[in-house]
Amino acid sequence: MSRRVLMEGSCAMAEGALQAGCRFYAGYPITPSTEILEYMAVRMPQVGGVCMNAESEIEAIGMVWGAAGCGVRSMIASTGQGISLMQESFAELANAQIPIVAVNMGRGQGDYFQATRGGGHGDYRFMVLAPSSAQEAVDLIQEAFYLADKWRNPVLIMGDFLLAHTSELVEFRPRAEPELPPKTWATTGAKGRRGLTLSPLGPSEKLSTDIAAALGKVTEKHPAIKAAEVRVDSGWVDDADLVVIAFGFPGRFVKYAVRLAREHGLRVGYVRPISLWPFPSAAIADAAQRAKALAVFELNAGQMIEDVQLAALGRVPLHAIGGISQDHSGFGVGPALTVENILARIRDVYPRAAA
Amino acid sequence: MNQPLAPPPGMNKVFDKPELLLRTEHSLCPGCGEPIALRLMLELIQELGVRDRTICVAGIGCYTAFPMIMDVDVLQALHGRAPSVATGAKRVRPDAFVFTMQGDGDMVSEGLQEVIHSAARGERFTAVVLNNGVFGETGGHATATTVLGQHTKTTPGGRNLELHGNPIKISELIAQLDGTAYVARASVHTPSSIKLTRQYLHDAFQCQLAGRGFSFVEILTMCPTDWFVPPEAGPGWLAEHLKTTYPVGVLKDQATNA
Repeated sequence: MSRRVLMEGSCAMAEGALQAGCRFYAGYPITPSTEILEYMAVRMPQVGGVCMNAESEIEAIGMVWGAAGCGVRSMIASTGQGISLMQESFAELANAQIPIVAVNMGRGQGDYFQATRGGGHGDYRFMVLAPSSAQEAVDLIQEAFYLADKWRNPVLIMGDFLLAHTSELVEFRPRAEPELPPKTWATTGAKGRRGLTLSPLGPSEKLSTDIAAALGKVTEKHPAIKAAEVRVDSGWVDDADLVVIAFGFPGRFVKYAVRLAREHGLRVGYVRPISLWPFPSAAIADAAQRAKALAVFELNAGQMIEDVQLAALGRVPLHAIGGISQDHSGFGVGPALTVENILARIRDVYPRAAA
Repeated sequence: MNQPLAPPPGMNKVFDKPELLLRTEHSLCPGCGEPIALRLMLELIQELGVRDRTICVAGIGCYTAFPMIMDVDVLQALHGRAPSVATGAKRVRPDAFVFTMQGDGDMVSEGLQEVIHSAARGERFTAVVLNNGVFGETGGHATATTVLGQHTKTTPGGRNLELHGNPIKISELIAQLDGTAYVARASVHTPSSIKLTRQYLHDAFQCQLAGRGFSFVEILTMCPTDWFVPPEAGPGWLAEHLKTTYPVGVLKDQATNA
């Protein structure tokens, strides 16, 4: 019988990962992702897995590469700065089609470009999921291990300071995961078969030099991922004059502010992308067909707004109502993240003729 | 060309390509020492009966051409990162036989901290570094092990102490770390040195199989192309320049208290 427990978002995600079969973790402390490493250091040995203290983020992702390459569900977490150090490996993990789950507990939301475009080389993509609560984070991280294995593609969970450090009630629900094919691509020792090479540089088959075909496999699955794996939460869009788009924990604030706006007689709706890649472009396009204006609330200088622009294709005016906002430590969430501020910004950009 | 020649009537075959080598051609230069080291490693994997549980973690260099002709599982790592990848592999598969194959540029220049931390943790894999004192694949550029006075394309007047600093003696560095159980330096420039290399690799592999700790073998290899000498002059150049900076021998062996 499952029951709800009070946990910090970080710890809840770590526990969720363990329950999804994660058996290898390597990390390097960095605020606000450190609690995941702390939790794994205690809990991972209890479930028979391995948690390593790496000498750097670069070594940590190398360790995860090795474990995941051997077919073991493996995970890494850091924050934007540490994730920056891992970009070379991220690109090559995607090119080698090695499934891992990475977590970015970001400071603010300035890592949207890093998460969805990546700082690495080549044509790769990470699937990116952005939870807005501890419960959703648990559900998504468990899903992430399945998706990573299903598509042989890394998955990044995009969190933030509030998600990491807010204690909420969570429930670890029993999961029925669809069956996955055996990991015949993993380096396990070549018992009963010819050896294989698990490489970002070329084919797995020995003696083959068809590098273009191997790299083609990395990207030819992208359309199928886009078709199958879009996740989005939206509400009050049908009759909205203004639709506000926001992701992650701030997306939850926006949802509440939109509800208040409705109570004040404003016809406002929201779209909360849960998957940042693939991006819910169809939901944005639909909102752009119906509403008189769109607004994006994100705690950065304007990053997701570019994906919204691409989806809306200039059909209606698009307003940026977020911005850079930091607390005094530089780690946390700044003064812009209040329902009052969001509501005020909604009023600022609410289509005049409709008001 | 891949078919082994049958011995003439009345004669026995005493030498052949290793069973785990899928073909005899390779894309490396004439006179290169790296294929000799590869042959020794593959022969020993076969001899020790560990082929079915072998995971080779390869770095990036000329030797990155080898994984496709090795009939063992290979995890291809980034330049410099083979030790962390091998750590992850060995930790989740402690029964696997895991060895890394890196060059001096890969291990000693790009990824020095990785091999040091792996050694200090006492990771139970075997690290092999093929040291020719140059970045071979890029075409002859100075690495951390380029010897003083050595001409490369990036040390045009020869490696200069003032400008380029001292070469790093990686085996000595690794041997002083607690956690290392076996450290040796060998070379492949003469038949007798090849025989000794085989012995050192054997002992390092046995060290891993016995679970004693981190095992490490540095192999000095010829690179006549990037030493700017004819192929046949490679062994002599190695003896005169590389081996004088990097003396061969066993630096540490916990099995014999050496």
